Amino acid sequence: MIKLKSKTQDALLFYVLRTISLVVIALLLGIIFVLIQAAWPAIKAGGLTFLFSKEWNPVEDRYGALPFIFGTLVTSLVALLIATPVSVLIALFITEYLPKSISRIVALLVEMVAAIPSIVFGLWGVFYLAPFVKKVLAPLLKTHLGFLPLFQGPSFGIGILTAALILSIMIVPTISSICRSIFELVPAHQKEASYALGSTKYEMIKLAILSPSVSGISSAVVLGLGRALGETMAVTMLIGNSPVISSSLFSPAATMASVMANEYADANTPLHISSLCYLALLLFLITFLSNLFARTIVKSFSKG
Amino acid sequence: MPNLNDAKVILEAKKLEAWFGDFHAVKGITVDYREKTINAIIGPSGCGKSTYLRCLNRIHEEIEGARTAGEVLLEGKNIYDKKVDVVDVRRRIGMVFQKPNPFPSMSILDNVVIGLRLQGISKRSTLLETAEVCLRKAALWDEVKDKLNSLGTSLSGGQQQRLCIARALAVNPPVLLMDEPTSALDPIATAKIEELMNEIKKEYTVIIVTHNMQQAARISDFTSFFVYGNMIEHGLSADIFTNPKEKQTEDYISGRFG
Ligand SMILES: Nc1ncnc2c1ncn2[C@@H]1O[C@H](COP(=O)(O)OP(=O)(O)OP(=O)(O)O)[C@@H](O)[C@H]1O
Ligand SMILES: [Mg+2]
Repeated sequence: MIKLKSKTQDALLFYVLRTISLVVIALLLGIIFVLIQAAWPAIKAGGLTFLFSKEWNPVEDRYGALPFIFGTLVTSLVALLIATPVSVLIALFITEYLPKSISRIVALLVEMVAAIPSIVFGLWGVFYLAPFVKKVLAPLLKTHLGFLPLFQGPSFGIGILTAALILSIMIVPTISSICRSIFELVPAHQKEASYALGSTKYEMIKLAILSPSVSGISSAVVLGLGRALGETMAVTMLIGNSPVISSSLFSPAATMASVMANEYADANTPLHISSLCYLALLLFLITFLSNLFARTIVKSFSKG
Repeated sequence: MPNLNDAKVILEAKKLEAWFGDFHAVKGITVDYREKTINAIIGPSGCGKSTYLRCLNRIHEEIEGARTAGEVLLEGKNIYDKKVDVVDVRRRIGMVFQKPNPFPSMSILDNVVIGLRLQGISKRSTLLETAEVCLRKAALWDEVKDKLNSLGTSLSGGQQQRLCIARALAVNPPVLLMDEPTSALDPIATAKIEELMNEIKKEYTVIIVTHNMQQAARISDFTSFFVYGNMIEHGLSADIFTNPKEKQTEDYISGRFG
């Protein structure tokens, strides 16, 4: 009797688990299918030139994705350039400098930053970060690095740099918490090997912690990139939303996510809607690829 | 043979104590080590041999909650003095650990010369020369000379240990601490390491922890016997192994205890 019961229980569990997994997979495929279907008119009309066309003009019903691809990549890359060193330093500080009791609390606080809703970052950015960029950061960059095209032109507070800054704050918890777990994996005997040869703490960190962690840090960065690429709300509020391609970081721009958020509600021609869906499909593809890439790095890291 | 007891003292421990948090692991060790001798430390597992050894080059303090008291004099100067640079201490007192620990992201060659690189030496010919000399001393050269650029971790455990010995020798430390360096080695590699120690004794002072009584008797000039953080007996190995003063030592080396 008991045997029979456990058998039906196991069978039931198996069916439930299988159904749930299938539903999730079906959902993913369904989303992709619907996206392709909705984007089809734009794909047919624009094809690959959609990717390289600079013009996004709903009035004349002509659509090109280049300004948004540009905006997405530039904000994300600048955010990574800022967030990566900061995250690695935070992770090193937590694992190597703080006593264990305090380090747990600090690590938790850093991770809590990830729990702050995007809209809150957006508001904070509008009220504090944008004025700060306009009044302090932009003039500072202009006086010291103004010879670079990156730091020329007027700053209105809102633009690529501000959006990238907010993005970098948002991805620091992701990158630093992965880095922290990588650094914690470094065995004590590696650090001791380094110290025993007469390294300073700085040299020990380079030798025993950072150099074997390079691929791990890279995968953390790519995971951070995944988060930055798709981030919508805060960026939409801070980037200025104009589909221009400028060499200046002070200039406003738009990202793939921000234009979708801005325009889906009042898109009135079928091609406009379809072009937004085409953008959605592209964004999905890019984030999917970057995640895949991160995973392969993680794999090669755990093997080596 | 010159009298070993007349040789110059190079390293002395004075009332050296060590703790892990509240746990008192090393309890007031006073002993001196003479230049160009091999000094064995024996004793039952967990009696504080490694901890004591790790106090001699100030690695012990890198463990969270660990601390020490007392003095260690290297050529008469206390290495625990506040004014002393701990980095310099560790360059002059090298260490080989119980578990082989080559740097996993580095080639065999880079592993050997990393100590020199840390000292700012970057001339390739110097590095290559030192690497060959040290790998030969560590009896590893013939096995690795054709693959100096492969990863250090691609070697077998015993080879890795000899690589670590070569790495420690490369910075030319007058004192070399070895914590059971042959416990992971086969008899042939062990014999090679023992041969090596007899060789390096001409230039260096070696302090070696070992569980192998025959090894201690074979290679060492002096032996200390530790129990529960205390040093029960220290003296010429010839005396300790044939005619120990303490009953506990006698019991231990004859296998009746520990
Ligand atoms: N990191 C640590 N934290 C707390 N206690 C420790 C730590 N390392 C060692 N101990 C304790 O200190 C004592 C001495 O340890 P130690 O490693 O010096 O012994 P040992 O004589 O080298 O032993 P073995 O012969 O097994 O290597 C042991 O009781 C051990 O439990
Ligand atoms: Mg030990």
